Amino acid sequence: MSADHLSKRFGGRIAFDDVTFEVGRGEVFGFLGPNGAGKTTTVRALGTLIAPSSGSATVAGIALEPENGVEIRRRISVMPESPGLYLRHSVVENLECFAELYEISEPADRVERALAAVNLADRAHDACGTLSKGLRQRVALARALLNDPEVLFLDEPTSGLDPVAAREVHELIDGLRRRGVTIFLTTHRLEEAERLCDRVAILNTTLRMIGRPDDLRDRLFTKTLSVKVRDPLAEPDRVFAGLPGVDGWRQDGPGGYLLGVSDTNLAAPAAVRALVATGADVLSISEARHSLEDVYLKLIDDEAVGR
Amino acid sequence: MTRLSRRRVRAIFTKDLREFRRNRSLTVGMGIIPILFSIQPLITVLTLSSSASSALRHEHVLLYMLGIPALVPALVAAYSIVGERQQGTLEPVLTTPVRRDELLLGKALAALVPSVAVAYLVFGFFLACVELFAAPSVAPAVIRVPDLLAQLVFTPLLAGWSIWAAMLISTRANDVRVAQQLAMVASLPSVAVIVLVALNFIPASLVTAAVAAAALLLLNRIGLRLVSATFDRERLITGSK
Ligand SMILES: Nc1ncnc2c1ncn2[C@@H]1O[C@H](COP(=O)(O)OP(=O)(O)O)[C@@H](O)[C@H]1O
Ligand SMILES: [Mg+2]
Repeated sequence: MSADHLSKRFGGRIAFDDVTFEVGRGEVFGFLGPNGAGKTTTVRALGTLIAPSSGSATVAGIALEPENGVEIRRRISVMPESPGLYLRHSVVENLECFAELYEISEPADRVERALAAVNLADRAHDACGTLSKGLRQRVALARALLNDPEVLFLDEPTSGLDPVAAREVHELIDGLRRRGVTIFLTTHRLEEAERLCDRVAILNTTLRMIGRPDDLRDRLFTKTLSVKVRDPLAEPDRVFAGLPGVDGWRQDGPGGYLLGVSDTNLAAPAAVRALVATGADVLSISEARHSLEDVYLKLIDDEAVGR
Repeated sequence: MTRLSRRRVRAIFTKDLREFRRNRSLTVGMGIIPILFSIQPLITVLTLSSSASSALRHEHVLLYMLGIPALVPALVAAYSIVGERQQGTLEPVLTTPVRRDELLLGKALAALVPSVAVAYLVFGFFLACVELFAAPSVAPAVIRVPDLLAQLVFTPLLAGWSIWAAMLISTRANDVRVAQQLAMVASLPSVAVIVLVALNFIPASLVTAAVAAAALLLLNRIGLRLVSATFDRERLITGSK
Protein backbone atom coordinates (compact mmCIF):
# COMPACT_ATOMS: atom_id res chain seq x y z
CA MET A 1 0.00 0.00 0.00
CA SER A 2 1.24 3.47 -0.72
CA ALA A 3 0.06 7.05 -0.72
CA ASP A 4 1.57 9.80 -2.82
CA HIS A 5 0.95 13.42 -1.88
CA LEU A 6 -2.55 12.49 -0.77
CA SER A 7 -4.77 15.32 0.54
CA LYS A 8 -8.34 15.76 1.60
CA ARG A 9 -10.18 19.04 2.03
CA PHE A 10 -13.72 19.54 3.25
CA GLY A 11 -14.63 22.84 1.67
CA GLY A 12 -11.90 25.16 2.91
CA ARG A 13 -10.97 22.92 5.79
CA ILE A 14 -7.95 20.67 5.39
CA ALA A 15 -8.36 17.25 7.01
CA PHE A 16 -4.93 15.96 5.96
CA ASP A 17 -2.45 17.30 3.50
CA ASP A 18 0.37 16.01 1.33
CA VAL A 19 0.60 12.60 2.94
CA THR A 20 3.16 10.27 1.40
CA PHE A 21 4.14 6.85 2.72
CA GLU A 22 4.55 3.22 1.82
CA VAL A 23 3.51 0.19 3.76
CA GLY A 24 5.10 -3.16 3.00
CA ARG A 25 3.35 -6.51 2.96
CA GLY A 26 2.93 -7.93 6.43
CA GLU A 27 3.93 -4.71 8.10
CA VAL A 28 2.10 -3.12 11.01
CA PHE A 29 2.07 0.56 10.19
CA GLY A 30 1.02 3.01 12.87
CA PHE A 31 -0.59 6.34 12.20
CA LEU A 32 -0.09 8.38 15.30
CA GLY A 33 -1.58 11.78 15.91
CA PRO A 34 -3.69 13.83 18.28
CA ASN A 35 -7.46 14.15 17.89
CA GLY A 36 -8.42 15.94 14.71
CA ALA A 37 -5.10 15.13 13.06
CA GLY A 38 -6.84 13.53 10.07
CA LYS A 39 -6.36 9.85 10.94
CA THR A 40 -9.95 8.77 10.43
CA THR A 41 -10.24 10.78 7.24
CA THR A 42 -7.09 9.10 5.91
CA VAL A 43 -8.50 5.65 6.69
CA ARG A 44 -11.76 6.56 4.97
CA ALA A 45 -9.93 7.83 1.91
CA LEU A 46 -7.76 4.71 1.64
CA GLY A 47 -10.82 2.56 2.36
CA THR A 48 -12.60 4.11 -0.68
CA LEU A 49 -15.34 5.69 1.43
CA ILE A 50 -14.43 9.22 0.53
CA ALA A 51 -12.53 10.52 -2.46
CA PRO A 52 -9.21 12.27 -1.82
CA SER A 53 -9.04 15.86 -3.05
CA SER A 54 -5.64 15.37 -4.64
CA GLY A 55 -2.75 12.98 -4.83
CA SER A 56 -2.82 9.28 -5.57
CA ALA A 57 -2.61 6.02 -3.69
CA THR A 58 -2.41 2.28 -4.14
CA VAL A 59 -4.32 0.00 -1.79
CA ALA A 60 -3.69 -3.75 -1.75
CA GLY A 61 -1.84 -3.27 -5.03
CA ILE A 62 -4.76 -1.55 -6.77
CA ALA A 63 -4.86 2.11 -7.78
CA LEU A 64 -7.22 4.13 -5.62
CA GLU A 65 -9.69 5.20 -8.31
CA PRO A 66 -13.48 5.37 -8.10
CA GLU A 67 -13.93 2.53 -10.61
CA ASN A 68 -11.74 0.22 -8.51
CA GLY A 69 -13.78 0.71 -5.36
CA VAL A 70 -15.42 -2.70 -5.31
CA GLU A 71 -12.19 -4.51 -6.16
CA ILE A 72 -10.30 -2.72 -3.39
CA ARG A 73 -13.03 -3.26 -0.82
CA ARG A 74 -12.99 -6.95 -1.61
CA ARG A 75 -9.35 -7.15 -0.51
CA ILE A 76 -9.35 -4.92 2.53
CA SER A 77 -11.38 -4.53 5.63
CA VAL A 78 -11.90 -1.60 7.89
CA MET A 79 -12.67 -1.57 11.55
CA PRO A 80 -14.06 1.92 12.00
CA GLU A 81 -13.66 4.10 15.06
CA SER A 82 -17.04 3.05 16.41
CA PRO A 83 -17.93 -0.62 15.93
CA GLY A 84 -21.24 0.08 14.14
CA LEU A 85 -22.89 -3.22 15.03
CA TYR A 86 -26.56 -3.93 14.63
CA LEU A 87 -27.43 -3.87 18.30
CA ARG A 88 -30.75 -5.66 17.86
CA HIS A 89 -29.00 -8.53 16.09
CA SER A 90 -26.98 -11.28 17.67
CA VAL A 91 -23.22 -11.50 17.20
CA VAL A 92 -23.61 -14.32 14.69
CA GLU A 93 -26.33 -12.48 12.77
CA ASN A 94 -24.07 -9.46 12.46
CA LEU A 95 -21.20 -11.54 11.17
CA GLU A 96 -23.32 -13.66 8.84
CA CYS A 97 -24.63 -10.57 7.10
CA PHE A 98 -21.10 -9.39 6.40
CA ALA A 99 -19.94 -12.84 5.33
CA GLU A 100 -22.69 -12.71 2.71
CA LEU A 101 -21.74 -9.19 1.65
CA TYR A 102 -18.19 -10.47 1.07
CA GLU A 103 -19.67 -13.47 -0.77
CA ILE A 104 -17.54 -15.82 1.25
CA SER A 105 -17.80 -19.50 0.45
CA GLU A 106 -18.77 -21.57 3.48
CA PRO A 107 -19.82 -18.53 5.50
CA ALA A 108 -20.89 -20.46 8.60
CA ASP A 109 -17.44 -21.94 8.90
CA ARG A 110 -15.75 -18.55 8.50
CA VAL A 111 -17.99 -16.88 11.03
CA GLU A 112 -17.16 -19.59 13.51
CA ARG A 113 -13.42 -19.18 12.92
CA ALA A 114 -13.59 -15.41 13.19
CA LEU A 115 -15.44 -15.71 16.48
CA ALA A 116 -12.89 -18.18 17.76
CA ALA A 117 -10.08 -15.83 16.73
CA VAL A 118 -11.42 -13.11 19.02
CA ASN A 119 -12.47 -15.55 21.77
CA LEU A 120 -16.15 -14.81 21.46
CA ALA A 121 -17.57 -18.21 20.57
CA ASP A 122 -19.52 -18.39 23.81
CA ARG A 123 -21.29 -15.07 23.18
CA ALA A 124 -22.22 -15.91 19.60
CA HIS A 125 -25.97 -15.78 20.16
CA ASP A 126 -26.12 -12.78 22.45
CA ALA A 127 -27.63 -9.59 21.09
CA CYS A 128 -24.85 -7.09 20.42
CA GLY A 129 -26.75 -4.51 22.43
CA THR A 130 -26.07 -6.53 25.57
CA LEU A 131 -22.28 -6.63 25.08
CA SER A 132 -19.75 -4.39 26.80
CA LYS A 133 -17.76 -1.90 24.78
CA GLY A 134 -14.71 -4.14 24.76
CA LEU A 135 -16.68 -7.11 23.50
CA ARG A 136 -18.32 -5.00 20.81
CA GLN A 137 -14.87 -3.95 19.67
CA ARG A 138 -13.94 -7.63 19.43
CA VAL A 139 -17.04 -8.38 17.36
CA ALA A 140 -16.05 -5.54 15.03
CA LEU A 141 -12.57 -7.06 14.78
CA ALA A 142 -14.05 -10.49 14.00
CA ARG A 143 -16.16 -8.86 11.32
CA ALA A 144 -13.04 -7.30 9.81
CA LEU A 145 -11.35 -10.72 9.68
CA LEU A 146 -14.15 -12.45 7.75
CA ASN A 147 -12.81 -11.75 4.28
CA ASP A 148 -9.21 -12.59 5.13
CA PRO A 149 -8.12 -9.07 4.16
CA GLU A 150 -4.82 -8.26 2.51
CA VAL A 151 -4.84 -4.95 4.32
CA LEU A 152 -6.63 -4.43 7.59
CA PHE A 153 -7.43 -0.90 8.73
CA LEU A 154 -7.92 -0.44 12.44
CA ASP A 155 -9.08 3.04 13.42
CA GLU A 156 -8.31 3.63 17.08
CA PRO A 157 -9.11 0.02 18.00
CA THR A 158 -8.73 0.57 21.72
CA SER A 159 -10.11 4.06 22.20
CA GLY A 160 -12.46 4.16 25.14
CA LEU A 161 -11.55 0.69 26.37
CA ASP A 162 -10.41 -0.06 29.88
CA PRO A 163 -6.80 -1.26 30.23
CA VAL A 164 -7.74 -4.93 30.42
CA ALA A 165 -9.95 -4.82 27.33
CA ALA A 166 -7.31 -2.76 25.53
CA ARG A 167 -4.68 -5.35 26.36
CA GLU A 168 -6.85 -8.10 24.95
CA VAL A 169 -7.23 -6.17 21.72
CA HIS A 170 -3.45 -5.63 21.65
CA GLU A 171 -2.90 -9.33 21.98
CA LEU A 172 -5.31 -10.03 19.15
CA ILE A 173 -3.49 -7.54 16.95
CA ASP A 174 -0.17 -9.13 17.89
CA GLY A 175 -1.61 -12.45 16.78
CA LEU A 176 -2.60 -11.00 13.41
CA ARG A 177 0.83 -9.51 13.00
CA ARG A 178 2.44 -12.89 13.55
CA ARG A 179 0.16 -14.30 10.87
CA GLY A 180 1.52 -11.74 8.43
CA VAL A 181 -1.55 -9.54 7.96
CA THR A 182 -0.71 -6.04 6.74
CA ILE A 183 -2.18 -3.67 9.28
CA PHE A 184 -2.75 0.07 9.12
CA LEU A 185 -3.44 1.16 12.65
CA THR A 186 -4.34 4.63 13.83
CA THR A 187 -4.02 5.69 17.40
CA HIS A 188 -3.46 8.71 19.55
CA ARG A 189 -1.80 6.50 22.15
CA LEU A 190 1.93 6.37 22.02
CA GLU A 191 2.52 3.23 23.97
CA GLU A 192 0.11 1.48 21.66
CA ALA A 193 2.02 2.57 18.57
CA GLU A 194 5.32 1.71 20.22
CA ARG A 195 4.14 -1.69 21.31
CA LEU A 196 2.33 -2.83 18.16
CA CYS A 197 3.90 -1.15 15.18
CA ASP A 198 6.89 -1.92 13.03
CA ARG A 199 6.88 1.63 11.77
CA VAL A 200 5.10 4.74 12.86
CA ALA A 201 4.07 7.88 11.03
CA ILE A 202 3.34 10.93 13.09
CA LEU A 203 0.52 12.93 11.61
CA ASN A 204 -0.83 16.31 12.46
CA THR A 205 -2.65 17.28 9.28
CA THR A 206 0.67 16.79 7.50
CA LEU A 207 3.08 13.92 8.11
CA ARG A 208 5.75 14.95 10.57
CA MET A 209 7.95 11.91 10.50
CA ILE A 210 7.99 8.26 9.53
CA GLY A 211 10.19 5.53 10.83
CA ARG A 212 10.70 2.71 13.27
CA PRO A 213 9.95 3.83 16.81
CA ASP A 214 13.69 3.59 17.63
CA ASP A 215 14.74 5.61 14.62
CA LEU A 216 12.28 8.34 15.36
CA ARG A 217 13.88 8.76 18.73
CA ASP A 218 17.37 8.83 17.29
CA ARG A 219 16.49 11.34 14.66
CA LEU A 220 14.87 13.77 17.00
CA PHE A 221 17.13 13.67 19.97
CA THR A 222 20.86 13.64 20.33
CA LYS A 223 21.81 10.50 22.16
CA THR A 224 23.06 10.98 25.67
CA LEU A 225 25.19 8.97 28.03
CA SER A 226 24.42 9.37 31.67
CA VAL A 227 27.52 8.98 33.84
CA LYS A 228 27.53 8.73 37.62
CA VAL A 229 30.70 8.78 39.75
CA ARG A 230 31.08 8.60 43.54
CA ASP A 231 32.84 11.96 44.00
CA PRO A 232 32.40 15.00 41.73
CA LEU A 233 35.20 15.30 39.20
CA ALA A 234 37.68 18.11 39.80
CA GLU A 235 38.05 19.00 36.17
CA PRO A 236 35.25 17.38 34.20
CA ASP A 237 36.05 19.42 31.11
CA ARG A 238 39.49 17.93 30.90
CA VAL A 239 38.05 14.42 31.27
CA PHE A 240 35.29 14.65 28.70
CA ALA A 241 36.45 17.19 26.12
CA GLY A 242 37.88 15.63 23.00
CA LEU A 243 36.78 12.08 23.72
CA PRO A 244 35.90 10.23 20.54
CA GLY A 245 32.15 10.27 19.83
CA VAL A 246 31.43 12.86 22.52
CA ASP A 247 30.07 16.23 21.39
CA GLY A 248 29.64 17.94 24.73
CA TRP A 249 28.73 17.52 28.37
CA ARG A 250 26.76 19.09 31.18
CA GLN A 251 26.43 18.59 34.89
CA ASP A 252 23.50 16.47 36.08
CA GLY A 253 23.52 16.76 39.87
CA PRO A 254 26.62 16.14 42.06
CA GLY A 255 28.68 13.38 40.53
CA GLY A 256 26.32 13.13 37.56
CA TYR A 257 27.17 14.09 33.99
CA LEU A 258 25.23 13.95 30.77
CA LEU A 259 27.32 13.54 27.65
CA GLY A 260 25.93 14.42 24.27
CA VAL A 261 27.25 11.70 21.98
CA SER A 262 27.16 11.00 18.28
CA ASP A 263 28.14 7.35 18.60
CA THR A 264 27.50 5.47 21.82
CA ASN A 265 29.69 2.53 20.88
CA LEU A 266 32.68 4.81 20.58
CA ALA A 267 31.90 7.21 23.40
CA ALA A 268 30.99 4.81 26.20
CA PRO A 269 34.28 2.85 26.37
CA ALA A 270 36.32 6.03 25.88
CA ALA A 271 34.50 7.77 28.72
CA VAL A 272 35.00 4.81 31.04
CA ARG A 273 38.72 4.69 30.23
CA ALA A 274 39.13 8.42 30.80
CA LEU A 275 37.27 8.27 34.11
CA VAL A 276 39.29 5.34 35.35
CA ALA A 277 42.48 7.13 34.30
CA THR A 278 41.61 10.10 36.54
CA GLY A 279 40.96 7.71 39.42
CA ALA A 280 37.22 8.32 39.61
CA ASP A 281 34.95 5.58 41.00
CA VAL A 282 32.38 4.93 38.28
CA LEU A 283 28.99 4.02 39.73
CA SER A 284 27.08 3.68 36.50
CA ILE A 285 27.12 4.60 32.87
CA SER A 286 24.03 4.23 30.76
CA GLU A 287 22.42 5.41 27.59
CA ALA A 288 19.52 7.72 28.35
CA ARG A 289 16.42 6.52 26.49
CA HIS A 290 13.70 8.75 25.15
CA SER A 291 10.29 7.29 24.88
CA LEU A 292 8.25 7.83 21.79
CA GLU A 293 6.24 10.19 23.91
CA ASP A 294 9.15 12.59 23.98
CA VAL A 295 9.35 12.44 20.21
CA TYR A 296 5.68 13.01 19.91
CA LEU A 297 5.47 15.87 22.34
CA LYS A 298 8.48 17.51 20.77
CA LEU A 299 6.83 17.35 17.35
CA ILE A 300 3.51 18.64 18.55
CA ASP A 301 5.31 21.34 20.52
CA ASP A 302 7.34 22.45 17.53
CA GLU A 303 4.10 22.79 15.69
CA ALA A 304 2.52 24.90 18.40
CA VAL A 305 5.55 27.18 18.27
CA GLY A 306 5.40 27.33 14.48
CA ARG A 307 1.77 28.53 14.53
CA MET B 1 -24.04 -1.64 -15.76
CA THR B 2 -22.23 -4.41 -13.96
CA ARG B 3 -24.32 -7.27 -12.76
CA LEU B 4 -25.75 -7.07 -9.30
CA SER B 5 -24.98 -9.83 -6.86
CA ARG B 6 -28.15 -11.55 -5.75
CA ARG B 7 -26.39 -12.81 -2.70
CA ARG B 8 -25.54 -9.34 -1.47
CA VAL B 9 -29.03 -8.04 -2.24
CA ARG B 10 -30.42 -10.93 -0.23
CA ALA B 11 -28.02 -10.25 2.65
CA ILE B 12 -29.20 -6.63 2.90
CA PHE B 13 -32.82 -7.71 2.53
CA THR B 14 -32.61 -10.30 5.31
CA LYS B 15 -30.73 -8.00 7.63
CA ASP B 16 -33.16 -5.10 7.13
CA LEU B 17 -36.24 -7.27 7.57
CA ARG B 18 -34.81 -8.47 10.85
CA GLU B 19 -34.05 -4.93 11.90
CA PHE B 20 -37.58 -3.73 11.06
CA ARG B 21 -39.12 -6.62 12.93
CA ARG B 22 -37.15 -5.86 16.07
CA ASN B 23 -37.53 -2.10 15.93
CA ARG B 24 -40.49 -1.23 18.11
CA SER B 25 -41.20 2.21 16.67
CA LEU B 26 -41.42 0.71 13.18
CA THR B 27 -43.63 -2.25 14.08
CA VAL B 28 -45.96 0.02 16.02
CA GLY B 29 -46.20 2.41 13.08
CA MET B 30 -46.79 -0.48 10.70
CA GLY B 31 -49.65 -1.58 12.95
CA ILE B 32 -51.28 1.78 13.53
CA ILE B 33 -51.57 2.96 9.94
CA PRO B 34 -53.57 -0.09 8.74
CA ILE B 35 -55.86 0.20 11.74
CA LEU B 36 -56.53 3.87 10.99
CA PHE B 37 -57.25 3.08 7.37
CA SER B 38 -59.50 0.10 7.92
CA ILE B 39 -61.50 1.00 11.03
CA GLN B 40 -63.45 3.88 9.53
CA PRO B 41 -64.56 2.03 6.36
CA LEU B 42 -65.23 -1.07 8.43
CA ILE B 43 -67.54 0.80 10.79
CA THR B 44 -69.29 2.55 7.91
CA VAL B 45 -69.91 -0.69 6.06
CA LEU B 46 -70.87 -2.81 9.05
CA THR B 47 -73.38 -0.27 10.39
CA LEU B 48 -75.03 0.16 7.01
CA SER B 49 -78.52 -1.30 6.66
CA SER B 50 -79.45 -3.36 3.60
CA SER B 51 -81.74 -0.68 2.29
CA ALA B 52 -78.97 1.92 2.38
CA SER B 53 -76.54 -0.20 0.39
CA SER B 54 -77.50 1.48 -2.86
CA ALA B 55 -75.76 4.59 -1.57
CA LEU B 56 -72.50 2.72 -2.02
CA ARG B 57 -73.04 2.32 -5.72
CA HIS B 58 -71.08 5.46 -6.45
CA GLU B 59 -68.33 4.87 -3.92
CA HIS B 60 -65.44 2.46 -3.92
CA VAL B 61 -65.01 1.67 -0.28
CA LEU B 62 -62.34 -0.91 -0.92
CA LEU B 63 -60.09 1.59 -2.63
CA TYR B 64 -59.72 3.62 0.56
CA MET B 65 -57.56 0.87 1.81
CA LEU B 66 -54.95 1.53 -0.86
CA GLY B 67 -53.84 4.18 1.60
CA ILE B 68 -52.16 1.36 3.50
CA PRO B 69 -49.63 0.44 0.79
CA ALA B 70 -49.10 4.13 0.11
CA LEU B 71 -48.16 5.00 3.69
CA VAL B 72 -46.83 1.92 5.50
CA PRO B 73 -43.77 1.38 3.28
CA ALA B 74 -42.97 5.10 3.41
CA LEU B 75 -42.54 4.83 7.15
CA VAL B 76 -40.14 1.90 6.83
CA ALA B 77 -38.23 3.07 3.78
CA ALA B 78 -37.73 6.54 5.24
CA TYR B 79 -35.99 4.89 8.18
CA SER B 80 -33.82 2.56 6.18
CA ILE B 81 -30.87 4.79 5.27
CA VAL B 82 -30.88 7.65 7.75
CA GLY B 83 -31.68 5.13 10.50
CA GLU B 84 -28.52 3.18 9.74
CA ARG B 85 -26.58 6.37 9.50
CA GLN B 86 -27.75 7.54 12.90
CA GLN B 87 -26.83 4.30 14.60
CA GLY B 88 -23.46 4.24 12.85
CA THR B 89 -23.97 0.96 11.00
CA LEU B 90 -23.84 2.43 7.51
CA GLU B 91 -20.07 2.96 7.46
CA PRO B 92 -19.14 -0.70 8.06
CA VAL B 93 -21.61 -1.81 5.38
CA LEU B 94 -20.13 0.63 2.89
CA THR B 95 -16.62 -0.72 3.52
CA THR B 96 -17.71 -4.08 2.08
CA PRO B 97 -17.80 -4.73 -1.67
CA VAL B 98 -21.56 -4.07 -1.74
CA ARG B 99 -22.56 -1.88 -4.68
CA ARG B 100 -24.84 1.07 -4.27
CA ASP B 101 -27.65 -0.52 -6.29
CA GLU B 102 -27.39 -3.80 -4.40
CA LEU B 103 -27.75 -1.95 -1.14
CA LEU B 104 -30.69 0.14 -2.34
CA LEU B 105 -32.47 -2.77 -3.98
CA GLY B 106 -32.10 -4.95 -0.87
CA LYS B 107 -33.44 -2.13 1.28
CA ALA B 108 -36.35 -1.39 -1.06
CA LEU B 109 -37.37 -5.05 -1.12
CA ALA B 110 -37.14 -5.25 2.65
CA ALA B 111 -39.61 -2.35 2.87
CA LEU B 112 -41.82 -3.72 0.08
CA VAL B 113 -42.40 -7.27 1.27
CA PRO B 114 -43.77 -6.59 4.77
CA SER B 115 -45.79 -3.59 3.59
CA VAL B 116 -47.48 -5.51 0.81
CA ALA B 117 -48.04 -8.44 3.16
CA VAL B 118 -49.66 -6.16 5.75
CA ALA B 119 -51.81 -4.48 3.10
CA TYR B 120 -53.09 -7.78 1.70
CA LEU B 121 -53.66 -9.15 5.17
CA VAL B 122 -55.71 -6.18 6.31
CA PHE B 123 -57.60 -6.26 3.05
CA GLY B 124 -58.42 -9.95 3.49
CA PHE B 125 -59.50 -9.28 7.05
CA PHE B 126 -61.77 -6.47 5.85
CA LEU B 127 -63.37 -8.67 3.18
CA ALA B 128 -63.95 -11.44 5.69
CA CYS B 129 -65.61 -9.04 8.13
CA VAL B 130 -67.88 -7.65 5.42
CA GLU B 131 -68.88 -11.13 4.22
CA LEU B 132 -69.57 -12.34 7.74
CA PHE B 133 -71.01 -9.37 9.57
CA ALA B 134 -72.42 -6.81 7.11
CA ALA B 135 -76.14 -6.62 6.30
CA PRO B 136 -77.15 -9.03 3.50
CA SER B 137 -77.12 -6.76 0.46
CA VAL B 138 -74.16 -4.67 1.62
CA ALA B 139 -71.45 -7.21 0.84
CA PRO B 140 -72.18 -7.49 -2.90
CA ALA B 141 -72.40 -3.68 -3.09
CA VAL B 142 -68.98 -3.27 -1.50
CA ILE B 143 -67.10 -6.20 -2.94
CA ARG B 144 -66.91 -5.74 -6.68
CA VAL B 145 -64.55 -7.61 -8.98
CA PRO B 146 -62.92 -4.54 -10.60
CA ASP B 147 -62.23 -3.05 -7.17
CA LEU B 148 -60.70 -6.31 -6.01
CA LEU B 149 -58.45 -6.44 -9.02
CA ALA B 150 -57.48 -2.81 -8.58
CA GLN B 151 -56.60 -3.55 -4.99
CA LEU B 152 -54.36 -6.46 -5.95
CA VAL B 153 -52.59 -4.63 -8.74
CA PHE B 154 -52.18 -1.22 -7.17
CA THR B 155 -51.00 -2.37 -3.77
CA PRO B 156 -47.45 -3.26 -4.93
CA LEU B 157 -47.33 -0.39 -7.45
CA LEU B 158 -48.22 2.22 -4.86
CA ALA B 159 -45.93 0.66 -2.28
CA GLY B 160 -43.06 0.68 -4.78
CA TRP B 161 -43.37 4.35 -5.55
CA SER B 162 -43.76 5.28 -1.87
CA ILE B 163 -40.60 3.37 -1.12
CA TRP B 164 -38.47 5.12 -3.73
CA ALA B 165 -39.80 8.51 -2.68
CA ALA B 166 -39.14 7.72 0.98
CA MET B 167 -35.64 6.42 0.27
CA LEU B 168 -34.90 9.52 -1.73
CA ILE B 169 -35.76 11.50 1.38
CA SER B 170 -33.87 9.09 3.60
CA THR B 171 -30.60 9.53 1.70
CA ARG B 172 -30.78 13.29 2.19
CA ALA B 173 -32.21 13.53 5.70
CA ASN B 174 -30.24 13.86 8.92
CA ASP B 175 -32.90 12.62 11.29
CA VAL B 176 -35.19 9.59 11.26
CA ARG B 177 -38.32 11.36 12.48
CA VAL B 178 -37.99 14.19 10.01
CA ALA B 179 -37.42 11.70 7.20
CA GLN B 180 -40.53 9.76 8.17
CA GLN B 181 -42.67 12.85 8.37
CA LEU B 182 -41.44 14.09 5.00
CA ALA B 183 -42.05 10.66 3.49
CA MET B 184 -45.63 10.73 4.76
CA VAL B 185 -46.08 14.12 3.15
CA ALA B 186 -44.57 12.76 -0.07
CA SER B 187 -47.16 9.95 -0.05
CA LEU B 188 -50.07 12.37 0.30
CA PRO B 189 -50.49 12.97 -3.45
CA SER B 190 -51.02 9.21 -3.92
CA VAL B 191 -53.48 9.15 -1.03
CA ALA B 192 -55.32 12.16 -2.44
CA VAL B 193 -55.75 10.47 -5.81
CA ILE B 194 -56.95 7.30 -4.09
CA VAL B 195 -59.56 9.22 -2.09
CA LEU B 196 -60.76 11.11 -5.15
CA VAL B 197 -61.23 7.85 -7.02
CA ALA B 198 -62.89 6.18 -4.05
CA LEU B 199 -65.37 9.08 -3.79
CA ASN B 200 -65.88 8.91 -7.52
CA PHE B 201 -64.63 12.45 -8.12
CA ILE B 202 -62.27 10.82 -10.52
CA PRO B 203 -64.26 8.14 -12.36
CA ALA B 204 -62.97 4.68 -11.55
CA SER B 205 -62.84 3.61 -15.15
CA LEU B 206 -60.50 1.27 -16.94
CA VAL B 207 -58.84 4.31 -18.48
CA THR B 208 -58.15 5.82 -15.06
CA ALA B 209 -56.68 2.54 -13.91
CA ALA B 210 -54.54 2.20 -17.01
CA VAL B 211 -53.21 5.74 -16.73
CA ALA B 212 -52.49 5.37 -13.03
CA ALA B 213 -50.78 2.02 -13.52
CA ALA B 214 -48.67 3.37 -16.37
CA ALA B 215 -47.65 6.39 -14.31
CA LEU B 216 -46.73 4.25 -11.29
CA LEU B 217 -44.81 1.76 -13.43
CA LEU B 218 -42.81 4.60 -14.90
CA LEU B 219 -42.11 6.10 -11.47
CA ASN B 220 -41.04 2.69 -10.19
CA ARG B 221 -38.73 2.25 -13.14
CA ILE B 222 -36.90 5.51 -12.55
CA GLY B 223 -37.10 5.18 -8.75
CA LEU B 224 -33.95 3.13 -8.28
CA ARG B 225 -31.98 5.35 -10.64
CA LEU B 226 -33.20 8.45 -8.87
CA VAL B 227 -32.26 7.21 -5.41
CA SER B 228 -29.00 5.82 -6.74
CA ALA B 229 -28.12 9.24 -8.14
CA THR B 230 -28.73 10.99 -4.82
CA PHE B 231 -26.90 8.34 -2.80
CA ASP B 232 -23.64 10.06 -1.99
CA ARG B 233 -21.31 7.79 -0.06
CA GLU B 234 -19.13 10.61 1.11
CA ARG B 235 -21.95 12.78 2.38
CA LEU B 236 -23.58 9.83 4.11
CA ILE B 237 -20.34 8.97 5.88
CA THR B 238 -19.03 12.37 6.82
CA GLY B 239 -22.39 14.11 7.20
CA SER B 240 -21.49 17.13 5.12
CA LYS B 241 -21.59 18.17 1.54
N1 LIG C 1 -17.15 16.02 7.16
C1 LIG C 1 -16.26 16.93 7.56
N2 LIG C 1 -16.43 18.22 7.26
C2 LIG C 1 -15.54 19.13 7.64
N3 LIG C 1 -14.43 18.87 8.35
C3 LIG C 1 -14.20 17.59 8.68
C4 LIG C 1 -15.10 16.55 8.30
N4 LIG C 1 -14.61 15.38 8.78
C5 LIG C 1 -13.48 15.68 9.41
N5 LIG C 1 -13.22 17.01 9.36
C6 LIG C 1 -12.06 17.71 9.92
O1 LIG C 1 -10.91 17.05 9.49
C7 LIG C 1 -9.97 16.98 10.54
C8 LIG C 1 -9.53 15.56 10.75
O2 LIG C 1 -10.56 14.78 11.30
P1 LIG C 1 -10.37 13.25 11.62
O3 LIG C 1 -9.86 12.58 10.40
O4 LIG C 1 -11.65 12.74 12.16
O5 LIG C 1 -9.26 13.26 12.73
P2 LIG C 1 -8.77 12.11 13.71
O6 LIG C 1 -9.41 10.83 13.30
O7 LIG C 1 -7.29 12.11 13.58
O8 LIG C 1 -9.20 12.53 15.09
C9 LIG C 1 -10.62 17.60 11.75
O9 LIG C 1 -10.13 18.89 11.92
C10 LIG C 1 -12.08 17.63 11.43
O10 LIG C 1 -12.71 18.72 12.02
MG1 LIG D 1 -10.49 9.58 14.38
